Amino acid sequence: MPLLRPSLPEGSPYFGALAEFATPADLYRACTRVRDAGYTRWDAHSPFPVHGLDGAMGLRRSKLPWIILVMGLGGAATGFLLQTWVHSFAYPLTISGKPHFAWPAYVPITFELGVLGGAFGAVFGMLGLNKLPMHHHPLFEDERFARVTDDGFFISVESWDPRFDAEATVRLLKGLGAVRVDLVENT
Amino acid sequence: MSAGKGTELLPSERISIRAGSAWARLPWIGAGVGAAALAASLLLGTSDPKQFAFSWLVAFLFFLSLALGAIYFVLILYAMQGGWGIVVRRLAENMMATVPLFAILFIPVLLTMRSLYPWLDVAAVAKDHVLLGKEPYLNRSFFLVRAGIYFLCWSLVALAYARASRRQDATGDLAISARLRRFAGPSIVALGITQTFASIDWIMSLDPHWYSTIFGVYWFAGSLVSFFALLTLAVVVLQRTGLLRNVVGPEHYHDLGKLLFAFTVFWAYIGFSQYFLIWYGNIPEETIFFRERLTGSWQGASFLLAAGHFVIPFFFFMPRTIKRRPAALAVGSVWLLLMNFLDLYWLVMPSLHPGGVHVTLLDLTTLAAVGGAFVGSAAWLMRRAPLVPVRDPRLSESLSFENA
Repeated sequence: MPLLRPSLPEGSPYFGALAEFATPADLYRACTRVRDAGYTRWDAHSPFPVHGLDGAMGLRRSKLPWIILVMGLGGAATGFLLQTWVHSFAYPLTISGKPHFAWPAYVPITFELGVLGGAFGAVFGMLGLNKLPMHHHPLFEDERFARVTDDGFFISVESWDPRFDAEATVRLLKGLGAVRVDLVENT
Repeated sequence: MSAGKGTELLPSERISIRAGSAWARLPWIGAGVGAAALAASLLLGTSDPKQFAFSWLVAFLFFLSLALGAIYFVLILYAMQGGWGIVVRRLAENMMATVPLFAILFIPVLLTMRSLYPWLDVAAVAKDHVLLGKEPYLNRSFFLVRAGIYFLCWSLVALAYARASRRQDATGDLAISARLRRFAGPSIVALGITQTFASIDWIMSLDPHWYSTIFGVYWFAGSLVSFFALLTLAVVVLQRTGLLRNVVGPEHYHDLGKLLFAFTVFWAYIGFSQYFLIWYGNIPEETIFFRERLTGSWQGASFLLAAGHFVIPFFFFMPRTIKRRPAALAVGSVWLLLMNFLDLYWLVMPSLHPGGVHVTLLDLTTLAAVGGAFVGSAAWLMRRAPLVPVRDPRLSESLSFENA
C-alpha cells in the first residue's frame, strides 16, 4: 500500500536515527550541521514552524508553484475552449444579438476554472509532494516521538542515506546537543 | 521591543538625505523643471486652450493618483497593524503629504473647466433632458463645493498622519500609533467615498451622458498600481545611491512585488467588469464610451492598455525571482507608471479627440509641470525627516521581516 505507508527500501534493520532536541534553537543549529555533514535523506520535526528552518536544512524551493501554474493555466484553457466549442461549434445559438464567438462572455468561467485548477493544483499537489495521506510511519513506533505535537524537537536521519552509519550518525547527533538519540526500527 | 531600538540599528547616513547630495538638490530641480514646463505649457496653451485644459487634467490626475494611493497605503498599514511596510512608510508619507499642493494644481482645471465639461454650458443643458435631470448634481456651484470637500478631506487625513508620524520620531510616544490606528478605518472609508465622487466629477462627467457605477473603483485600482510602482522605484533608486541599505531588503521587495502583482490583477478585474457589463447590456448611452475608444487609433491604445496594464505585467511579476530582484522590479515599475498614464490619457482624451489618438507637446509639458511640483515637494519633505519612522514600535519587526 504505497499510498498509506512510506515506500521504504527493504533489508535495512533500521528506519534510521532519531535525535531529540530541547529547544527550537538547538534544532536549528543541529540542522545546519547535519546539512553541512552532507546528509540528504533526513528530516526535522517540530510542533510549530521554526522561521528559517528550511534554509538551515538546505531545502530547495518547492516545485508546487509550477504545478499550480500548469493546473491554473490548464483550467483556464479548459474553460475557454469548452465554451468556444459549445457556443461556436456544437450549439451555435444567437443569444441577445451577440456573435457566436462572444469571447467576453467566456471570461468569467475561464477565470473561475483557472482559479479552480490552481486551487486543486495547490491542495492535491501539496498532498502528493508530501506523500499524504500516510497512515503509518516507522517513527510513530518511537515513544518519545509523540511529543513532536507538543514540545519535542526532532531530527530523523534515514538509514538509506548514503552517509548513514549507525554508530557515526548517532555520534554526530549526540555531538550536536541532542538530549537523546534512538535507532528506530524499520516497521 | 523597545521604542528606541530602531535608532540604534539605523546609522543616520543610511536614513537621511545628506546636504549637497543629488537628493538634496531634487526639490530645486523639481521646482525648476516644473516652472519651465509650466511656462512652456502656458505659452503653448494660448494657441490651443482646449488642448491645454485636457492635457493638464490628465497630468493632474496622474500625479494625484500617486498621492491618493500613498494615503491608502499608510492608512492600511495602520488599520491592519502591518509590520513589514514600516521601513517604506515614510516614503509614502512624503508622497501623500503633497496632497494640499494639488488644490493649487487644480486651479488651471477650474480656469479651463468650460472647455472640459459640457454640462457647464447652461444653454445646451436646457435643451437636453438627460443633462437637465442631472443638473441638481452636475452644476457649477455644487461641483466647486465638492472639490473643496475632497481637498479638505484628503489634506486633513494626509497631513494629520504625516505630522503625527514625525512627532513620534521625536517622542517615541506609543499612544500616537494607537490613535492613528483608531482613525485609520474611518479615514479609509472617507477617502474611498471622496475619491469615487471625484472620479465622477472630474473624469466621468467629461461625457455627462455616460455613466458607469464601477468607475470610482477603477480609478482607485489604477491609483494603487501606480503608487506601488512609484514607491518601489523610489526605494530602488534610493538604494542605488547608498540610502536605505540593509534597511530595505529582498523580503520587502518581495512584498512590494506581490502588491504590484495583486493590484495589477485587481485593476484588470475591475476594468474588465466595467467593459463586460456594458458590452453585455448593449445600451447605447453606455456603449458609447467603448465605441469611442475602439474607433480609429484609440483601438490600438485600448489593446495596448489591456496588454500593457494587465497581460504583460501579470506574467512579468508572477515569478518569485522577479519580485526579489530590485532592477527587475524597477523596470516593471517604470512600465506600470507609463501604463497608468496611458490609462488616464485613455479615459480623458477621447472626449477631446474622438477620431483618434492625437499626441501633442502640451501632453508632455503639462506632465513635466505637475510632475516637477509633485516630485519637488515630495523630495523637499524627504529632506526634513529621516527616511524611515525611526521610533515606530513596529520598526524592528519590519527590519527583521521575512516572508513565511
